[in-house]
Amino acid sequence: MDHAMHRSVFHRFVLAGTAAALALGGFAPAAMAQRDPAYDAARAGGQVGEKMDGYLGVVGGGTPSLRAMVDDLNIKRRAVYSQKAQAQRATVEEYAFTSGCLLISQTKPGEKYQAPDGSWQTRGAGAPQRDPRCP
Amino acid sequence: MQFIGQGAGRSRRGAWGAAALLVAGTMAVSGCISVNAPDKPIVIELNINIKQEVIYRLAADAGNTIESNPSIF
Repeated sequence: MDHAMHRSVFHRFVLAGTAAALALGGFAPAAMAQRDPAYDAARAGGQVGEKMDGYLGVVGGGTPSLRAMVDDLNIKRRAVYSQKAQAQRATVEEYAFTSGCLLISQTKPGEKYQAPDGSWQTRGAGAPQRDPRCP
Repeated sequence: MQFIGQGAGRSRRGAWGAAALLVAGTMAVSGCISVNAPDKPIVIELNINIKQEVIYRLAADAGNTIESNPSIF
């Protein structure tokens, strides 16, 4: 009887611990939120590309839902650029353009990016075509 | 009274002549110049004022920003 009670208390602790671990585990990915699967798929499929100005662009016509997703991401990007630019005493355009240089470098093979002449290019194995001012 | 009427008639003829010239001129111009829509999008470069030194100064911070916001980049 006594032993059984001890075991049930122990079980309760284990259960509580598991729940806490699950809760923490659930929080960690939320803080380090990754890309939405639809966004990831649009990048991989070349429907969206990285522009020189630090924002995303729709490649080709696009669908209304794709354009809405790109607009949403660009609004969020602009908010981040604005905040960081102010901290660095730079203009939003300067900060966004610098980010664009880096984001074009970080594209994976098959993804689209905007070349200095304004055309959409598919990233190959080599270095992308970038503005000569890019670091 | 008759003189005034003649004058009005002459100026009306002049107006018709001017209109005819204008139409002829417009037709001639439209016959010579053909305007084709560009097949490539027109890109306006708005970033020409951004200096390379500024880009180099911001690069490290921008890299950190991209890394810490993986959901939007």
